[in-house]
Amino acid sequence: MNEERILLHHGSGGRLSRDLVQNVIVPVFDNPALRRLEDASPIGSALGRMVMTTDSYVVQPLFFPGGDIGKLSICGTVNDLATAGATPVALSVGFIIEEGFALSDLRRILVSMKNTADSVPVPLVTGDTKVVEKTKGDGIYISTTGIGSVPEGIELTPVKVRPGDAVVINGPIGNHEASIICARNDFSLQSPVASDCAPLHGLMKAVIEKVPHTRCARDATRGGLASVLTEIIEASGYGIMLDEDSIRIDSDVRGICDILGMDPLFMANEGKMVIIVPTESAQTCIKAIETNNPKARAGVIGEVHDRAPRLTVRTRYGTSRIVTMPMGMQLPRIC
Amino acid sequence: MGGRGKLRDFSQYRSPIHVNTLVKKLHRIYPGGTLKIMEVCGTHTMAIARYGLRSLMPQGLCLISGPGCPVCVTPASIINAAISLSAFPDTAVLTFGDMMRVPGTAGTLELCRAKGADVRILYSSLDMLENAKKERNKHFVFISVGFETTTPGIALSILQAEKMGLENVSFLVANRLVIPALHALCSSEDIQIDGFLCPGHVSVIIGWGAYREIAERYNIPCVVAGFEPADIVMAVDELIERIANKTPGVGNAYERVVTEEGNKKALEVMEMVFKPAAAEWRGIGVIPDSGLVLRPQYAHFDALTRFEVPLVTQEEPAGCRCGDVLKGIIVPTECALFGKRCTPQAPVGPCMVSSEGSCAAYYTYGAGE
Repeated sequence: MNEERILLHHGSGGRLSRDLVQNVIVPVFDNPALRRLEDASPIGSALGRMVMTTDSYVVQPLFFPGGDIGKLSICGTVNDLATAGATPVALSVGFIIEEGFALSDLRRILVSMKNTADSVPVPLVTGDTKVVEKTKGDGIYISTTGIGSVPEGIELTPVKVRPGDAVVINGPIGNHEASIICARNDFSLQSPVASDCAPLHGLMKAVIEKVPHTRCARDATRGGLASVLTEIIEASGYGIMLDEDSIRIDSDVRGICDILGMDPLFMANEGKMVIIVPTESAQTCIKAIETNNPKARAGVIGEVHDRAPRLTVRTRYGTSRIVTMPMGMQLPRIC
Repeated sequence: MGGRGKLRDFSQYRSPIHVNTLVKKLHRIYPGGTLKIMEVCGTHTMAIARYGLRSLMPQGLCLISGPGCPVCVTPASIINAAISLSAFPDTAVLTFGDMMRVPGTAGTLELCRAKGADVRILYSSLDMLENAKKERNKHFVFISVGFETTTPGIALSILQAEKMGLENVSFLVANRLVIPALHALCSSEDIQIDGFLCPGHVSVIIGWGAYREIAERYNIPCVVAGFEPADIVMAVDELIERIANKTPGVGNAYERVVTEEGNKKALEVMEMVFKPAAAEWRGIGVIPDSGLVLRPQYAHFDALTRFEVPLVTQEEPAGCRCGDVLKGIIVPTECALFGKRCTPQAPVGPCMVSSEGSCAAYYTYGAGE
């Protein structure tokens, strides 16, 4: 079998590079801006307040239940834009590919990126591809940058958080990291748990339409729920008390955490948005989330208070504990 | 003891109603005054902090942490030796993840890896044999730490390596035994302990009968506990009952997995490969017969002999009171370095490194409000 593979020359800037871009990558994302193959692409004239974000994706394995590095590279960046309440306008992508990488895997990743971007929808307007020597990379790394436009009158920031505000989340936590753990097979754990990897711009659009006074939002990726809430606490100067019983955790995720001694509060998600809203708008916010995605299991999981500015959890036993920022990732290369 | 049999499925060990019933009983039977219960095992320390169980205890009842985190009690001399071993050409050092960040006087294994040494994280020593089979030109050193829970698995790897005729593997043996450590704690004059909450996982191997010598010689009750909130409170209830009734003895509140005699096969494998020897515990000092060394017929697997690397006892970093924490003399927050110069990001002492370390548990989950 003569399997097609990425060669070092694919990154040379010469004929093979051009072939890879023109014949493999561009046709997948085909759009007028990209078709020009220019060094810089137009993205239309800016309307309203613009936001920009960038992120790199190094997940291992590249394919996992519920997603792959391609889908992740679109969702992650779209979700970072969504935290500002922005509608994605355009994305760029950079690929760093290791010599010898199977072309079929690259195609699979490209199609997954395309399908995810189309579902948003957001065009991928420019990109770059580099090839590094065998053993100098780990298959493929992807970097994406996104530009988004924020509706007038919307400014989401933790500075607006006030005591009494409700902390809302759109579903159970920990699924992404749990699925990566199982996919890696380091612990020989088998479970049907799938990553929650999903774009959340639609959800945020629905929320800010119904609750324009939404204070702020964060996608709870690396470091999990505990990390994003700690960031909000540090920026706002107020404390947050979580109610352990109202935080949903799927039983498979719970089991994996129990076996490995991990805390779900610190587990990475790729489709969970933490939204802080005035308490009287909490139910409207939940309704907006559920209208956008009827399968979402959204709920209020905590409250902002003006006691000490730290994250505490009220346990099922009526006790409370302080939660500090995780010192690092529980596991590397999860996104 | 009839209540125990009623717990059937796993979730019941977390049931707030069940935990509250056990807590109410605890308050009812508590004789008053100050009593110190030591949880020997790091996983208990973590569970107690995570579920906030300290705040449910009657006034005067202190749960203090003991020397039961394998990473925390591994002396700096072992870390330094591991670092020296990682510098040999064509040599890979394999270790459990938590050991990566433990500071020796010569740095950490994490830093060695960043500088280019071949240091790999493993989940089981048996995985090393697979590596060794694949990469015959490389020598693999396993940093062998842990109590009776992990030691049988490591002993098994050594037997396997012998059987497979692998010549490119060796072990830096720093395994420790729980019972000799309890003897040392009970004999020490500066420590007052009224009861031991005994480690569930270790007890699966050594059996609850192993604590009889402690309970009988020092008149201190020992009760084996599982790791769910109900398990822990149930064991504390039994300890308090035994203290109040002046009937020390040994109890087993983890009947679903712990037997009196333990896992005979695992003990046999351990006995076959290792023999007890005096060993240094970080912050505590040398405890007779508390460590393990390879028996002569397996001595060729000893990394220190093979590479002629010496073990040099090191002084503890200035101000670090991990030793007092491990002996239950102080709680982590009483150390002047806690949360200031010593944090999980930049640990000074080992108790702040391991996720099971008492200081890390206090730091991560707070000392309770």
